[in-house]
Amino acid sequence: MYPENLRYTKEHEWILVEGKKGIVGITEYAQDSLGDVVFVELPEIGKKLKVGEGLGVVESVKAVSDIYSPCSGIVTAVNESLLDNPELLNQDPYGEGWLIEMEVEELDSELLTSAEYEDFVAGEE
Amino acid sequence: MDVLKRTPLYAKHLELGAKMVEFGGWEMPVQYKGIIEEHRAVRTTAGLFDVCHMGELEIMGPGALSFLQSVLTNDVAKMEAGQVIYSLMCYSSGGVVDDLLVYKLDEEKYLLVVNAGNKDKDWNWLKEKQDKQTSCNNNEDFIMRDISDEIGLLALQGPLAEEILAGVCSASLKDLRYYRFLISEIAGINVLISRTGYTGEDGFEIYLVAEKTPLVWDKLCEAGKEKGLLPAGLGARDTLRFEACLPLYGHELNEAITPLEAGLEFFVAWQKGDFIGKEALLQQKQAGIPRKLVGLTMLERGIPRAGYALEKDGVVIGEVTSGNYAPTLSQNLGLGYVLSNEAKLDNEVAVLIRGKAIKAKISKKPFYKRGR
Repeated sequence: MYPENLRYTKEHEWILVEGKKGIVGITEYAQDSLGDVVFVELPEIGKKLKVGEGLGVVESVKAVSDIYSPCSGIVTAVNESLLDNPELLNQDPYGEGWLIEMEVEELDSELLTSAEYEDFVAGEE
Repeated sequence: MDVLKRTPLYAKHLELGAKMVEFGGWEMPVQYKGIIEEHRAVRTTAGLFDVCHMGELEIMGPGALSFLQSVLTNDVAKMEAGQVIYSLMCYSSGGVVDDLLVYKLDEEKYLLVVNAGNKDKDWNWLKEKQDKQTSCNNNEDFIMRDISDEIGLLALQGPLAEEILAGVCSASLKDLRYYRFLISEIAGINVLISRTGYTGEDGFEIYLVAEKTPLVWDKLCEAGKEKGLLPAGLGARDTLRFEACLPLYGHELNEAITPLEAGLEFFVAWQKGDFIGKEALLQQKQAGIPRKLVGLTMLERGIPRAGYALEKDGVVIGEVTSGNYAPTLSQNLGLGYVLSNEAKLDNEVAVLIRGKAIKAKISKKPFYKRGR
């Protein structure tokens, strides 16, 4: 449910860090809690983000949810296929449902490991 | 916080893996498999809803009719036994206490089916009016009972609802017209079945003694399994009613909105004599209705949501009351109030979404109407 190569926030985002590059998405727990995702709003390429800053919005039938950046840096790519196929977020939150790619400056100092996030989520239920 | 109430089907919902949420003081299933899948089942086959949270108030006695005539906007005197009508109940200001269904059981016995979250408010309001009438020496008396806890309620909705129900009930459902009811049996249990619903599809609402509800739920699930019936939660109930543009109290209706503004004048019986709110409503009709409920279709990317402002040329002209992705139409749509002079079909307006003005146009209601 929570791949070990990712780091997690308490707001249910994940980040995959490879050198300077970071890929950001929302977790299995987040997609399951939201239910059917029907709309995704993503930032513009080139936008500078701070840790914890809103990077976009995911809307399901029942809720509107802000997505927060797990790092500071510059947006280098966004997953445009989500604009027409937001259901990818439900189907494959760690793969086809990725949100944005960033050039990472600094990671959120409070990111959780997979095991820590799993414990955190267990406490949410 | 008050403890949330649970329907007799609570254990069934957990067994089915439902996500439970608070609604109107109740712990209710918002979805089982998924809102969109359940929505589609109701539009194409059938869905079964637990609506035991709805309130039921029984009004009985020689004075029942004249009392209901005085507190409801619609004309109860025109009803036959076995008929159901939709009505508003208004404050003297013309604002809405609640919207409800009236069942005429016999000449001196009526059932009001009210919104769960409004039930206690309705009861207190009706009680206050009853006390007032009694003290005014109104001879014709009646008694009022809150039987909500004793009554279970299921909604079986969708094009295959009749076929599924016919499999477990010997009543002649084919002959049961829209907004009529009959008394019958399912699995030896007495039920009241009305051809009513809140989805925009054909379907039935089934009233029975609360503790037998799980048994009848199971019977219906079994009868519908091969036909594509799915248990459906409050999420789908909301998207379905939204596509059909059926008002939801707390969104399209509240104490500050009149039935005329909501486009529900059809349910205001001007000719029937006096009723609470009539004077204010007449005044509003004569002076001109200041705002109207309209449909909204997005012209740009975005979903209008309840509470978002509506603008025209940068000036606020109203507010969204409900909005969502409409699964049957694959469009982002909304309902909202705008100033009457802006309530023109195809009028281009903007929805203020997260600080940005996103283009929408005023469009025809209902968004969805089933083929007959």
